[in-house]
Amino acid sequence: MNGGHDVILDVQHLTMRFGGLVAVNDLSFEARRGEITAIIGPNGAGKTTVFNCITGFYQPTEGMLELAHADRKKFLLERMPDFKITARARVARTFQNIRLFAGMTALENLLVAQHNRLMKASGFTFLGLAGWPGFRSAERESIDRARYWLDRVGLLARADDPAGALAYGQQRRLEIARAMCAEPVLLCLDEPAAGLNPREALELNKFLLAIRAETSTSILLIEHHMRVVMEISDHIVVLDYGQKIAEGPPAQIRGDARVIAAYLGVETEEVA
Amino acid sequence: MTANENREANPRTARLDVGGALKDAAVAAAIAFGLFSLMLGLLTSAGPAGKLVVTTRFGLLAAMIAVVFIGRFLVALVARRRGASVPGPLLTPQVRQGLSRLERLVAPAFLLFALLVPVLFYSNRYLLDLGILVLTYIMLGWGLNIVVGLAGLLDLGYVAFYAVGAYSYALLAKNFGFSFWLCLPLAGVLASFWGILLGFPVLRLRGDYLAIVTLAFGEIIRLVIVNWQDLTGGPNGVSGIPRPSFFGIPFNNEPDGFAAVFHLEFSATHRVVFLYYLILALALITCAVTIRLRQLPIGRAWEALREDEIACRALGINTTNTKLTAFATGAMFAGFAGSFFATRQGFISPESFVFMESALVLAIVVLGGMGSQLGVVIAAVVMVGGFELFRNFEQFRMLVFGAAMTGIMVWRPRGLIATRTPSIFLDQKKDIPADIVEEARQ
Repeated sequence: MNGGHDVILDVQHLTMRFGGLVAVNDLSFEARRGEITAIIGPNGAGKTTVFNCITGFYQPTEGMLELAHADRKKFLLERMPDFKITARARVARTFQNIRLFAGMTALENLLVAQHNRLMKASGFTFLGLAGWPGFRSAERESIDRARYWLDRVGLLARADDPAGALAYGQQRRLEIARAMCAEPVLLCLDEPAAGLNPREALELNKFLLAIRAETSTSILLIEHHMRVVMEISDHIVVLDYGQKIAEGPPAQIRGDARVIAAYLGVETEEVA
Repeated sequence: MTANENREANPRTARLDVGGALKDAAVAAAIAFGLFSLMLGLLTSAGPAGKLVVTTRFGLLAAMIAVVFIGRFLVALVARRRGASVPGPLLTPQVRQGLSRLERLVAPAFLLFALLVPVLFYSNRYLLDLGILVLTYIMLGWGLNIVVGLAGLLDLGYVAFYAVGAYSYALLAKNFGFSFWLCLPLAGVLASFWGILLGFPVLRLRGDYLAIVTLAFGEIIRLVIVNWQDLTGGPNGVSGIPRPSFFGIPFNNEPDGFAAVFHLEFSATHRVVFLYYLILALALITCAVTIRLRQLPIGRAWEALREDEIACRALGINTTNTKLTAFATGAMFAGFAGSFFATRQGFISPESFVFMESALVLAIVVLGGMGSQLGVVIAAVVMVGGFELFRNFEQFRMLVFGAAMTGIMVWRPRGLIATRTPSIFLDQKKDIPADIVEEARQ
């Protein structure tokens, strides 16, 4: 596996231990640019831990995480603090249990996501305080970007409502829109379909495929909803007890005996 | 209304529950007995030979318990009756809308009144001094509001920065002859420097832990001032601090004094009026800057930090810097207020910067409603002005204030003005109800 330039994220020998517990053990995989890569596995398989390592919330015990931009600029994520991973390497994420700024409006949520750009435009507050025109135009641009993404997730009419007052499915969509406002090269979605009804899940599929088709953002996805995973993923990595047990395109994963074994019970039927 | 319909349809639910209320009252009376038996029932006093003599006051004890019993009985009766039916919303949407329209007029009315105070009460020196005091606390409240209300960082040592500002002005003006207008920005810079210095070690702490460390920091600053005799004069304080001048023209009865230059009859009130407008201007600057900051990315990041720090980090916000700027900005305004305090008093000592001051400013912010500019004004007027009002009832004013604060926390737990106004909007500005907005916890 030599990282060609179409690889956006190269995970090598990632190990994460919490005391005696090995949450992720020697995991290696690649996510390719412009694709949707899914990480699946039973509960407690270590999927969210992998996400937390990629986005800098955990410092991996061992291993290397290399992110490559289209211009071949490379970032070693395991050496960067969390906020710089978003600010510099441009990896954005959502959370399993939605983390919106509940008391702020949908629009404000999307503007906070563009903080670094606006901060620079406001001359680190000093020019903005003085009402510098350059900041005004940058702010207008940010509002337009927010308006665009609100429209894309069907929440334009709710722009001035607090995020905490939105329905569950709307909050999930808003969180994805917020991550997209950070203009990431890699979007990490932690169970975006959790708690959605079948219709909403279908809409989510369409939306994620649209992101893949229309933007240069690649997607890394953790999901339990097999329908979502199988329909939209280009590549699937299967984890069980922190170990990779299978990897490949959906068709191959569907028939993999070890994957079916790991998913014994209700979810076996969903996989098959 | 649904409440009335319910009551008519099912009259039995509205019947008085006397038995339950009696039980409630009995429990309350028992608790009152436990509390009062030693506090009121027994009185120790020095006897004729210097010995302690115990007097019993069973009559008073019985009377107090009876008061508690009857009071609790009535309250329980009313509560039970109301609980039997579904209570309708207290205010209909129309009334609410009308109120919010009224609210918009409150701020300009307050401002107009504040501008006219020296004109209306020119001859009343006491009221002018009280106005200056209230405005000082309003300014401190607005400054602390940045840290507590916007960024959600609970700061119990705010008075430390006030002290830094006051001592900066006092020492710079006294030892080096710096003018007030030069010292004012310097005091702000020094205070915000201390804000950053405090900020660094406490960045990882949240909630109660942060509150404890800031409390300790406030005490450290005070103790340093008390003990560093050579520099600060220790407990004796600094006296003879230069009084303010009208842009270089002193307020005195000399040929080059303010009165002579402007061909007025000399009056000590000139200086008080000048001080009043000075603190009014400083407070308004604080308010204007805060309002402006809220609409800038840094202000939104502060509020986002209050709402969810982890989400902030996931969006590429440097939470360390964001917290430090909040601390520094809040401290800067305290520094301004401190140097004003020093020039107004002409004398400062560590006595003025005790924990009670921090607690008072925090109480103003919390009672006013965290993040609300107008709420701070109302709370400061009520707290500081009200405190003066009760000066004649020295013994009871703490009691009244304790009761008032408890009452506000029961009926308006989020403060007087608890709704949050969005910093930006696409079509329509809608206030955000308080129950969604996060409070200072981090």
